[in-house]
Amino acid sequence: MPFEYLRAEDVAGAVAAVTEQPNAVYLAGGTNLVDHMKLGVATPNLVVDISHLPLDQIVELPDATVRIGATVRNSDLAAHLLIRQRYPVLSQALLAGASGQLRNLATTAGNLLQRTRCVYFQDVSMPCNKRDPGSGCTAREGYTRYHAILGASAGCVAVHPSDMAVAMAALDASVVVTGRTGERRIRLNDLHRLPGDTPHRDTVLTHGELITAVDLPQLSFSQHSAYRKVRDRASYAFALISVAAALDLSDRRDAAGRPTIREVRIAFGGVAHKPWRATAAENFLRGAAASMENFHKAAEVELAQAEVFNDNAFKITMIRNTVASLLADLTRRQVGAGDLAGQEPKP
Amino acid sequence: MDAQISLRVNGEDRSITIDTRTTLLDALRDRLGVTSPKKGCDHGQCGACTVLLDGRRAIICLAFAVAHDGAEITTAEGLAEGDALHPIQQAFLEMDALQCGYCTPGQVCSAVGMLAEAARGTPSDVSDDLIGGIELNDDEIRERMSGNLCRCGAYVNIVAAIQRVACAESAP
Repeated sequence: MPFEYLRAEDVAGAVAAVTEQPNAVYLAGGTNLVDHMKLGVATPNLVVDISHLPLDQIVELPDATVRIGATVRNSDLAAHLLIRQRYPVLSQALLAGASGQLRNLATTAGNLLQRTRCVYFQDVSMPCNKRDPGSGCTAREGYTRYHAILGASAGCVAVHPSDMAVAMAALDASVVVTGRTGERRIRLNDLHRLPGDTPHRDTVLTHGELITAVDLPQLSFSQHSAYRKVRDRASYAFALISVAAALDLSDRRDAAGRPTIREVRIAFGGVAHKPWRATAAENFLRGAAASMENFHKAAEVELAQAEVFNDNAFKITMIRNTVASLLADLTRRQVGAGDLAGQEPKP
Repeated sequence: MDAQISLRVNGEDRSITIDTRTTLLDALRDRLGVTSPKKGCDHGQCGACTVLLDGRRAIICLAFAVAHDGAEITTAEGLAEGDALHPIQQAFLEMDALQCGYCTPGQVCSAVGMLAEAARGTPSDVSDDLIGGIELNDDEIRERMSGNLCRCGAYVNIVAAIQRVACAESAP
């Protein structure tokens, strides 16, 4: 489909241009949008290019918040020394995604707003409620290896594909959004939606709203964080599941001499329509002993509400083991290996 | 909608009028006769169209040319200095790092960009330490080159070719 191209000169102009045209879209790195235009999944009549706007900086604000501009490239964000030192989970999540030459193009906000890789969504010959509301969901009756186990609906079982967003969910990031009526902030955990009966809406953004930045708040233990991704090949593949976690151990030991958990952040990728912040698991672990048994139980508490298909039931075990091994690694890094010795993960 | 754009391709300034639907890959191949970037999958999944875009490796099948007006592009053709091949190109030849050769221009550009990233100390998914230096061992090379697929499976010798250049560059 032919389209009109507009290179935005400022944020206000970009927002005005897209808001006025119901079928207009923003273009940044293009790695998802251009593919969708080739596939016929996206058919905009106006493409507003924001990739040249001065939104490509990473700055530390006076309150120690780290503000990431919307068009900072994934590669630059992963490599930034402040991110590597203070938020290793975010660097690792970015480096686990896509490839070197894609990360050089893909942007921060574009990564958040990328759409599901559900094959039925990408195939315009198939019914899909996300692409064509009311047409039905082919995935439910199809191959569900890559689909949701948490928060899905009768109309949609797609998962959000981002790795970066999972780390940001664990870090309690928020996005700064500009719309026609001004600026607002949205917690990252509230940005993406569960599908319900309106799966065509990935996020709570209204048409024309533009993400200009992502804020990472200061977190005293964010340097004790890590990301682990499980996929069908060793590199350059979307997650089957992934886990982002940050762990803060207290000096207090329990009666058995085990270190106890003061604070913890956990988020899952590859399991839901949004990055899944595992608050039930966090609540279970807060104040508990750092033990393999508790790590497994925490994952089970979070997964109590899971609903699986034949093809993706493995995700339950995979999440549980990955949560346990990641939290065990974070524990060992803080208190040494001895405290978890002999505590093997369940099969 | 048509747009006029200028590109600097392998050191030469080129100006063309294109339909806004044209990707950078199609602009190079079909309009400018620069055919080393290959159209493999055309969906950002194979890496055959990798070039150096404003100095960094990038795939160009998902880049609208109009969005890159003014860009500087180096393709595999532009890596050599006259008749002297780029060290990566020479190493691919000497180490037999190709069979059919279709993915090779993308592999070569990706390797050049990757070595520059590693020289800056950029970690990868397999780096043990995000802060310390990088030792560009075979695991690191495999991970950093994972965006370039090779249907012939020449990977073993591709890793060896890149390792040879990486060792030469890091030698005192």
